[in-house]
Amino acid sequence: MFNAALFILAAVALIVSWRKDREKTGKALQIAKKQFFNLLPSMLGIIGLIGLMLALVPREVIAGFFGNDSPLGILVISLIGSITLIPAFIGFPLGASLIAAGASVTAVACFLTTVLMVGVVTAPMEIELFGKRFTIWRNAAGLVTALAIGIIMGAIL
Amino acid sequence: MKNQYKMKGDTPLNKECPQLKYKKYLLFLLVVIADGFLWYYYPDRGVSAITSAADYLIEMLLFIPPIFVLVGLLDVWVPRKIVEKHVGPESGIKGIIISILVATAAAGPLYAGFPVAYALLKKGCRMANAVIFLGTWATIKIPMLMMEIKFMGLSFALLRLVLTLPAIIITGYLLEKLLAGQPQAEVPPAEHV
Repeated sequence: MFNAALFILAAVALIVSWRKDREKTGKALQIAKKQFFNLLPSMLGIIGLIGLMLALVPREVIAGFFGNDSPLGILVISLIGSITLIPAFIGFPLGASLIAAGASVTAVACFLTTVLMVGVVTAPMEIELFGKRFTIWRNAAGLVTALAIGIIMGAIL
Repeated sequence: MKNQYKMKGDTPLNKECPQLKYKKYLLFLLVVIADGFLWYYYPDRGVSAITSAADYLIEMLLFIPPIFVLVGLLDVWVPRKIVEKHVGPESGIKGIIISILVATAAAGPLYAGFPVAYALLKKGCRMANAVIFLGTWATIKIPMLMMEIKFMGLSFALLRLVLTLPAIIITGYLLEKLLAGQPQAEVPPAEHV
C-alpha cells in the first residue's frame, strides 16, 4: 500500500516535471542515480550489520541495555549516534530493527536524532567552514536536544 | 562563491574525504567476512543473519527508487537562490520559514549542506537562519520523512518532526546569541573553501 502510493507519487511528479522542463528532470534523475549509488555501499554494510546483530545479539541484551530507559543506556546510544556516520536513509531501518530487538522508543529516538543532528566525523569539515566555537555549540545543542526529544517521545509514545 | 550553489552533493569537501567512502566499503567487506565465518562455524545463525539482512535489503530496494526520484526532483525544482534574498539580518519569521522550506527539499547528507550554509553566511544571511538551514538539512527532508513513516510508524515520525522543528529554531537563535561577539571573525575567508 505504502510502496504503491510512493511509486504513484514519484511517477506523477516525474511526469509533471518532464512536461515542464526536460532538462531539469534529467538532472533530477542524475541526482537520484548518484545518491543511490553513493548510498549503496553503506546500505549493504549496515543492513548486513543489522542481520548480524539480529542473529548474534540476544534480544535480552539489547532490551536489557537499551530497553529500560536507563540513563547510561540512553547516553551510550546517543554517543554512538553522534559518532557514527550513518546515512539517514539507513538510520530508519536500523532504528526499526533496534525496536524489534527490544530497544525503547526513547533510546531509538535519541539514536536517530543524534545520527541526523550531531556529526563528530564531519566536525573537521564544519570547523574549517564555520569555526570551532560554532561547531562545538551546534553539535552540543544537537546532542542536548536529541536527548530531550528522545525522553519526551518515550513519555508520549 | 556563486558556484557553491551548483555543487549540490558533489562538493570538493566530499572529495577531500576519500577515507569516508573507503570506510563505507570496508564495513560491507567486514560484514561479508563475518557472515562467512558465522555460516561456517554456526550455520544456523549464519543463515539467519544473511536471510534477515536480505529481507531488509529487498524491502529497501523495493521502495528506495521512488524516494530517490523525489529527492532529485525536489532538489532541482526548489530554488536555493530564493534563500539569499530573504534571510538577511532583519529577517524574522519569513527568514526562518524560507530556510526551513528550502533545506527540506535539498538532496544530500549534512556535510553537503555545509558549503551551502557557508555561502549563505558569506552573502549576509543571519547566523540564526544559517543554523536553522543546517539543522533542517540534517533532520527534516520530505523523502526522509517517508522513510521514517514507513519504518518507524506515523506517530513516531510526526512526533519527532513536531519536536525537532522548534528545537532547530531555538538552536539557531541560541547559537546566534552565543556567537554574537564575533559575527564573522571565525568564518575564514572564501579561499579556504
